[in-house]
Amino acid sequence: MGSLLSQLGLECGGKDVREKERHLRANDRELNLSYKYADNAIKTSKYNIFTFLPLNLFEQFQRLANAYFLFLLCLQSIPEVSSLPWYTTVVPLVLVLSMTMAKDSSDDMNRHRCDKQVNNRKVEILIGGDLSLILLYLSLLLQADLLLLSSSEPLNLVYIETAELDGETNLKVKQALTVTGKLEDSIEKLANFNGEVRCEPPNNRLDKFTGTLTLNGETYSLDNERILLRGCTLRNTQWCFGLVVFGGPDTKLMQNCGRTTFKRTSIDRLMNVLVLNIFGFLMIMCLILAIGNGIWEYQEGSKFAAFLPKGVNAPFSAFLTFWSYVIILNTVVPISLYISVEIIRLGNSFYINWDRKMYYPKSDTPAEARTTTLNEELGQIKYIFSDKTGTLTQNIMTFNKCSINGKSYGEPWQKVDFSWNNLADPKFCFHDNSLVEEVREGNPEVQAFFRLLALCHTVMPEEKKEGELYYQAQSPDEGALVTAARNFGFVFRSRTPERITVVEMGELVTYELLAVLDFNNVRKRMSVIVRSPEGKLTLYCKGADTIIFERLNPSCSNLTEVTTEHLNEFAGEGLRTLALAYKDIDPEYMEDWKLRHHEANTAMDEREEKLDALYEEIEKGLQLLGSTAVEDKLQDGVPQTIEQLSKADIKIWVLTGDKQETAENIGYSCNMLRDEMNEVFIVLKHHSTWNSISLVFHEQSFITFLLPIPPHLTLPPPSLSTQAFALEKDMEMELLRTACMCQTVICCRVTPLQKAQVVELVKKYKQAVTLAVGDGANDVSMIKAAHIGVGISGQEGMQAVLSSDYSFAQFRYLQRLLLVHGRWSYLRMCKFLRYFFYKNFTFTFVHFWYGFFCGFSAQTVYDEWFITLYNLVYTALPVLSLSLLDQDVNDWWSFQYPQLYTPGQLNQYFSKRAFVYTVLHSGYSSLVLFFIPWAAMYDTVRDDGKEIVDYQSFALLAQTCLLIAVSIQLGLDTHYWTAVNQFFLWGSLSVYFAVIFTMYSNGMFLTLISSFPFIGTARNSLNQPNVWLTMLLTSILCVLPVVAYRFLRILLWPTINDKVRGRGSTHLSLVRQDKVLPPAPRRVQARRTSTRRSGYAFSHAQGYGDLVTSGKFLRRTPKSRPALFSQTDSPLAQTQPQSYRTISEWEEPPLSP
Amino acid sequence: MGKVKANAGPLARRPDNSAFKQQRLPAWSPMLTAQTVLPFFYGMATVCVLLGVWLLVTVQNTHELKVDYTHAGSCDKCFEKRKDRANANQSCNCTVVFNIENTFKGDVFFYYGLINFHQNLRQYMDSRDDGQMIGRNKNLKNPSSYCEPFMKDKNGLPIAPCGAVANSMFNDSFTLVYHSAASRQVVPLFRKGITWYTDKNVKFRNPQVENKTLTLAQVFEGTGQPLYWQKPVYDLDPWDRNNNGFINEDLIVWMREAAFPNFKKLYGVLNRAIEPFTEGLPAGNYSVDISYNFPVEYFQGRKEVVLSTVSWFGGQNNFLPIAYLVTGCLILLLAVILTAVWWKFAL
Repeated sequence: MGSLLSQLGLECGGKDVREKERHLRANDRELNLSYKYADNAIKTSKYNIFTFLPLNLFEQFQRLANAYFLFLLCLQSIPEVSSLPWYTTVVPLVLVLSMTMAKDSSDDMNRHRCDKQVNNRKVEILIGGDLSLILLYLSLLLQADLLLLSSSEPLNLVYIETAELDGETNLKVKQALTVTGKLEDSIEKLANFNGEVRCEPPNNRLDKFTGTLTLNGETYSLDNERILLRGCTLRNTQWCFGLVVFGGPDTKLMQNCGRTTFKRTSIDRLMNVLVLNIFGFLMIMCLILAIGNGIWEYQEGSKFAAFLPKGVNAPFSAFLTFWSYVIILNTVVPISLYISVEIIRLGNSFYINWDRKMYYPKSDTPAEARTTTLNEELGQIKYIFSDKTGTLTQNIMTFNKCSINGKSYGEPWQKVDFSWNNLADPKFCFHDNSLVEEVREGNPEVQAFFRLLALCHTVMPEEKKEGELYYQAQSPDEGALVTAARNFGFVFRSRTPERITVVEMGELVTYELLAVLDFNNVRKRMSVIVRSPEGKLTLYCKGADTIIFERLNPSCSNLTEVTTEHLNEFAGEGLRTLALAYKDIDPEYMEDWKLRHHEANTAMDEREEKLDALYEEIEKGLQLLGSTAVEDKLQDGVPQTIEQLSKADIKIWVLTGDKQETAENIGYSCNMLRDEMNEVFIVLKHHSTWNSISLVFHEQSFITFLLPIPPHLTLPPPSLSTQAFALEKDMEMELLRTACMCQTVICCRVTPLQKAQVVELVKKYKQAVTLAVGDGANDVSMIKAAHIGVGISGQEGMQAVLSSDYSFAQFRYLQRLLLVHGRWSYLRMCKFLRYFFYKNFTFTFVHFWYGFFCGFSAQTVYDEWFITLYNLVYTALPVLSLSLLDQDVNDWWSFQYPQLYTPGQLNQYFSKRAFVYTVLHSGYSSLVLFFIPWAAMYDTVRDDGKEIVDYQSFALLAQTCLLIAVSIQLGLDTHYWTAVNQFFLWGSLSVYFAVIFTMYSNGMFLTLISSFPFIGTARNSLNQPNVWLTMLLTSILCVLPVVAYRFLRILLWPTINDKVRGRGSTHLSLVRQDKVLPPAPRRVQARRTSTRRSGYAFSHAQGYGDLVTSGKFLRRTPKSRPALFSQTDSPLAQTQPQSYRTISEWEEPPLSP
Repeated sequence: MGKVKANAGPLARRPDNSAFKQQRLPAWSPMLTAQTVLPFFYGMATVCVLLGVWLLVTVQNTHELKVDYTHAGSCDKCFEKRKDRANANQSCNCTVVFNIENTFKGDVFFYYGLINFHQNLRQYMDSRDDGQMIGRNKNLKNPSSYCEPFMKDKNGLPIAPCGAVANSMFNDSFTLVYHSAASRQVVPLFRKGITWYTDKNVKFRNPQVENKTLTLAQVFEGTGQPLYWQKPVYDLDPWDRNNNGFINEDLIVWMREAAFPNFKKLYGVLNRAIEPFTEGLPAGNYSVDISYNFPVEYFQGRKEVVLSTVSWFGGQNNFLPIAYLVTGCLILLLAVILTAVWWKFAL
């Protein structure tokens, strides 16, 4: 089979010119290469070994802060201006640069690894003649957009699942051109195939493709039917050959992914604003001091010139002083701020990776913080946009209940034993024994019920071994129903276009299939007409209850009433219901009908309408059999999670590509929708629709958007549709206003791009933090658009996870991510910022005050080494330990009181206002920290009469006072004192004293005279009682007002945090030992009796029935093929019944054996 | 399509169950409750008040006397004389008289004080060469450029000690005289032992030469004296040969720059070996004979002489005791308010 290559490697060429048309020829590598189309490799990494250093440095200096420090460094090299030696800037700068560099390099290494993994997925390429003919096997995820050439199936059909693209799990059919289909799997023919393809340039339209194929001089038109898109999965097809049309970034999926934008948190943005303000503030301070210097020089400095001739006039001196003060006061914009913020976020991301309570043992998946820069935003989420399939649900349907002939079955009683039925699916599980008894006793209605389920469907059976049946269903609903029938003794065994073979209670019965009246979204029902071996003609119909009930024989009215009651009950539980009915048909009428049917079928015009009328005619006077209730299984803990999140005042919008009914059903089953809510469901056709709908809203409303419907259609088209009318400019405000008034919002039939648009809309107008959670490729754009994207690593592949910021295996972990990790991250970040600004402002303001005493000469108050090390050594670790370990309340209380989450949404912990308070606080502290030592030392001497008010002693005193005061302040801010906090705090203070004694020692001075002039200062100062008494006084004056204020605040205006903390501390011992368990979360699944809602939902699309009857679908010989697909290939095979487990976040995930 | 597992086993990727990784580190979570805050406030108030009282008593037992001699007494003429730099080389002596009412008991320290002299200007403070003052021969002849414009004299000789700080050294000298009923007695002052030990023994050294027989003058040969000095550095103390050069204690005291523009520096310590000064300075009339050299008129400064005794708490500074008393009272007030609020709202 030619050479097998693992890499689709072509030259990657830059596309300078916009492509107008794509042109390629099969098996002609040179021609194709000459166009320099993008190859299939996806590149996300930024550097290689050689470009790393220059590129990274260039990038880093583009950051304002780093560039600013470079500028400072330049200033410091001017001797007239330099008020601080070079090392005060270089040491932090080098440290920061190298740390960022280390982080960037490890990030890029990860990206390289990821790229390699994605790019090295194996496919087989035929290079016999050359290039891009690709052989695909069953269940393969497509990696490029292909032109389908030939396949293993009759008529060159290929079955694909597009879940990755649009979230729909039903199968779709693509067909190759007949002319290419003839190539089959003959290598020679394929190798000599030299068709030329001309087609549209890469674009993001999933539903459209135009192009031509020229082969042997003839031109064939190509449309979407011939194209297999990247992200589709091959189903029911052994192999197919394809020609690569678009690769890598050109594929429609990738084009649809939306731009990857660099995400910034709101704190980031606030920080940038603040930093700019601080710059302004810095300039003002410098200006004041420079003006002061000008005045001082004019009044006194000139007279002092005898002692200090400077040879500059007052204005020029003021100018120089301005820049000198820019250097000295630069600590208000500390370079270590950014690096510390990064470290804190990284640390908090690791906690997410490490969290056992977000680890899913079944798939061995821990949670993963893929982006490490967004943590605190997790504590501020206001809107959650959730996908449905695979995110809220498991995408598994189970046959849960049914109502047959007025009797409801399926109350959970005990598990039914199906061992009597040797064809039963062992994974199927049902809980009501009485139903089995009825079947085995031969209750005719019950038997008819299951016969209907075994006959009326479009499922394809596959029997690899005798008795081992696998069903390939177009929709999981249908699979569940047929499987149910199978287990209850009506085993659908095989089908041909004319026949359906069923094993009825052990007996082989073959029915003749006369007609399939297929399902579509208008009809909302499907019927089959079969002839039993006895020759009896019967129409079996299943469909939406409302539709079926309209077509019932009046004699069923009693039964209808009872069944309706049951249906309401089922619907109230969020089950998806279908009503079943049958009708015996008169053979003569049937003959006539068949004739007319054939006529209609071959009619040239108005075929659809004619067929519809015929169907309508025969599906009348039905006899009701009962109804089925299928559960679209929710993931564990979804209702509880949603309840918790809404208690935390987070709004959840469900955006799904699925149908309205299905989506609403899920809404009910996960408690987002309740019966007492008013339904406002809006079909957005075009502008006028808005005006015609008058909406009355109140709190208890929910809204379902059907987005969008092209104006010429009355109903949603079944495939991927486009055009976002509601998201047009003039409509979006309306949409948003309406949506925000409702308690619950569900948007149905949205395309991936529209999901992103909805998110963008909320982002744009609500100024709220949004989170998007999804699991499939169709969620990628929304995940990228939202402030935070969360990927559920479920069944729909890795696409969502790869573009997400956080990923984990179960939806329910979202509450831990937000309520615990998010809250803590936000709290920690805010505490950090407040404290960090406090300590730096305090530090800097003292310089400002000193300016008034030193003739505004830009003299520093502190030792230069202290200035260098203050942020990097003396205060770095304690504040880091605060911002990595602090918890105001522990995770248990966070779950008990989801309201604790709201301060984050309201930006309460760090805002401009909080920042102003911080500045005022540091202003007060700096006044204390400068003027108390000044007054205490003024005009005094040591206890031996010698000097103590010299500059060096005062510097030591001022810096020690400062360090002690900010350390105590840190202690006040710490709510959670671990050993690490203690160690770092005391350790840093000890290090400070160790360092000053070392730096002020004889040895250091004699080694480097000019750098360590403070020799002996520590020894001579710190043995003086008045120095220590001064430190004590400054500490008291700095701290006690804060303590008093906080005490009063807790007493008079306690926040929810204070209350919970208060409660927490009284139960502290208990909580810490995990003895208090939360009240077992009840399953919020109250029985509702709905009288107005239909539980009908059926994820099914039109167009399948034709295939069944035309025989296209049917394989040649089922047994001739090797068993290529294993059990796990079909989604149905995974239908493992799972009993519902109540989630207690407190308990460890159970170990799976 | 799952990720390749790093190591085998069903739970291979399960995170560790360590207290740190699960954020369950044992911790102490203090709360600001009335039970902790109120006693703390009362305690702090008591401590502050007691400390304040104790300090106040201590400070009250020290004595201090300041005499401003800028143009007091006969110094007026010297003040006028120093206005003109042309008279810099003419000496001018004057006397100030004062009276001590109560005996200064214990060690008495004699300071000179300067008002409005900015030793803390950045450019001024930088203008010195510690390498020269520690006796590095290289720096002696080749001082740091920071010393500009006091690096070389007009003959091009390197100045030792160089820089603005040394150049502006205070050069008044004082003789304190006690006028007892009987006689006029010069009060004996120790003019050594007035510096920090580390300054005298580590930070300031005379240049080291191999030939130990050289006199200090020879060691300093090839250097010029600071522009404003009347004497070269090796001749600062004519009475004590070991108190010359860079280790001259007056120079060392001056070189330790003051943090604020108003400061006093130690000039001498009372020698209590001689009668009648064994107990301290007795009450009575005193005068100070001043060799008035240092011009202060340029910068509108003032000069003073300070006599002071010290306690364990240092010199006479009333700020700390009063501050402690005031703080103590404020805390007490705050504590009472907090108690009242707590009483009203929490109980």
